[in-house]
Amino acid sequence: MRRGRTILLNVLAIGILGLLLSLAEAYCNGYQTQILNLIAINIILALSLNLIYGFTGLFSLGHAGFMAIGAYVCSILIMTPDQKDMLFLLQPAYDWVQNAQAPFFAAVLAGGAVAAIFGAIVGIPLLRLGDDYLGIATLGFAEIIRVVANNIPRLTNGALGFKGIPAYADLWWNFGWALVTLYVIVRLLQSNTGNVLKAIRDNEIAAKAMGVDVFRYKLLSFTVGSFFAGIGGALLASLLTTIDPKMFLFTLTFNVLMIVVAGGLGSLTGSVLAGIGITVLLEWLRVVENPVNLLGFSLPGIPGMRMVVFSLALIVIILFRREGLMGMRELTWRSLAGVFSREKA
Amino acid sequence: MQPTPQDVILETRDLNMRFGGLLAVSDFSAVFPRGSITGLIGPNGAGKTTCFNMITGFYKPTSGQVVFHGEEVQGRPPHALCRAGIARTFQNIRLFNNETVLENVMIGRHLRQKTNWLQTLVFTPASRREEKEIRARCMELLDVVGLADLAGEKAASLPYGAQRRLEIARALATEPSFLLLDEPAAGMNPQESEDLMGFVRTIREAFGLTILLIEHDMKVVMGVCEHLWVLDYGQTIASGPPEAIRSDPKVITAYLGEEQPHA
Repeated sequence: MRRGRTILLNVLAIGILGLLLSLAEAYCNGYQTQILNLIAINIILALSLNLIYGFTGLFSLGHAGFMAIGAYVCSILIMTPDQKDMLFLLQPAYDWVQNAQAPFFAAVLAGGAVAAIFGAIVGIPLLRLGDDYLGIATLGFAEIIRVVANNIPRLTNGALGFKGIPAYADLWWNFGWALVTLYVIVRLLQSNTGNVLKAIRDNEIAAKAMGVDVFRYKLLSFTVGSFFAGIGGALLASLLTTIDPKMFLFTLTFNVLMIVVAGGLGSLTGSVLAGIGITVLLEWLRVVENPVNLLGFSLPGIPGMRMVVFSLALIVIILFRREGLMGMRELTWRSLAGVFSREKA
Repeated sequence: MQPTPQDVILETRDLNMRFGGLLAVSDFSAVFPRGSITGLIGPNGAGKTTCFNMITGFYKPTSGQVVFHGEEVQGRPPHALCRAGIARTFQNIRLFNNETVLENVMIGRHLRQKTNWLQTLVFTPASRREEKEIRARCMELLDVVGLADLAGEKAASLPYGAQRRLEIARALATEPSFLLLDEPAAGMNPQESEDLMGFVRTIREAFGLTILLIEHDMKVVMGVCEHLWVLDYGQTIASGPPEAIRSDPKVITAYLGEEQPHA
């Protein structure tokens, strides 16, 4: 496919997305809009974890930690000093927390940047660890972030968290950032650096023999992934308008992991599709948590039931379709064109 | 004929590798003149691959030196040695299986790339030009090993012999001056081994290489190597031109005498 045509098709696709978003803005109710927003944020999170785990082979379970960092940094920057005065009831905020302020775009960016810095700092010691150990260590990191957030009341307002965070994160911001994430990660993976990351995933020893400074590239992937996890967390904070340390439990990482695995480790298309599908399913499945009246039997609603259903679904995926929805395949204009020309023939 | 120092590209001095109580390689001292093709032979478990791993930085020698281009390089990490110009292939093929044939070679080329991914992000002309050059150069390399037609295939889908050649193409992409081949003829039929001998000589000329190879196929060893080092239980038991090695009684007892070689 010609480069020019690919660009044209991409612009067209973005145009259609824009159109759909303005339609959604006009016709969707608050609940539906909320789901659309969550889709965009889940896509950002899934793409960033897929870069780390699916493409570089680093089994990281620290996503909730990076999201928390992004969420707190962004929230502190977009709340007004007056709001913070009211919010920090137990102890007053540090002066620099109290006075820090930035426009939304800069605040989100700062959330990502601080998450990336933390990513690099924990990556330097942890990325020397192998598969499972890395998983455990990053899980520990996320837990540390959560506990720390609970215990620095002058920075994070402790267990009370933040309320009334300005709700700037609308459809345009969220999908805009999702596009930026997609673009950066696609370009990274298409470049020869992307080949190197996949090489590390496929065969680390051979990568070393090819002159790849494995550690440096692992750190690059981990840092970029953390950056977008921070972005996702920042947007989530502004979307939900309230955050507290309990929100960033391991289940948050688990949700993202589920999307990545269901979509296919090593497929960005898979992450996008699963990001849409699973976000919608998670909402539909709220039905199983409501009290039901089935043929005269009435069952009380069981909170958390949908996570049971979902975990079962994940087990089924791993048992019967380990490569996920897409495996390592991607949907590109070229492959789409291939499908259509084959149908014509 | 003793090679003069400037003609020696790589030299090992009393290399020892000890794994716990086992001395896998002891006092391995060898010189590799520029442009030579040298063979490293010996029965299974003699320590040949351990020597490779020490020279390429995968093992840090317990003692001794590796001198490359007049500089001591032992103990440096593999990627640094690769950058310096030492490339290798593996006994059990290690390709990047999920990547295409072309991408496999491009990964080898990455080492010499000047632009980084941030520049590709914003489509700088320099990065686009370089990615194009890399592609073209890697296609040339695939042409040399006869895999250009398969550039878009997944590496894992190649037949065995082609995988071996891809590993060599990938090593060549790093622009080495010293190339180590670990059992390049393993699993090849006589015709393929014959072709391999010609191929090894061709790439030596075309890329100005010095080659060290481990091989069990005596026909290949005797046919292509100009000098041989023979290891047994980690000891260097003989060294010399192939004709001399063939009739060396120590080699015959240790290697050829007791059991049939894996010809």
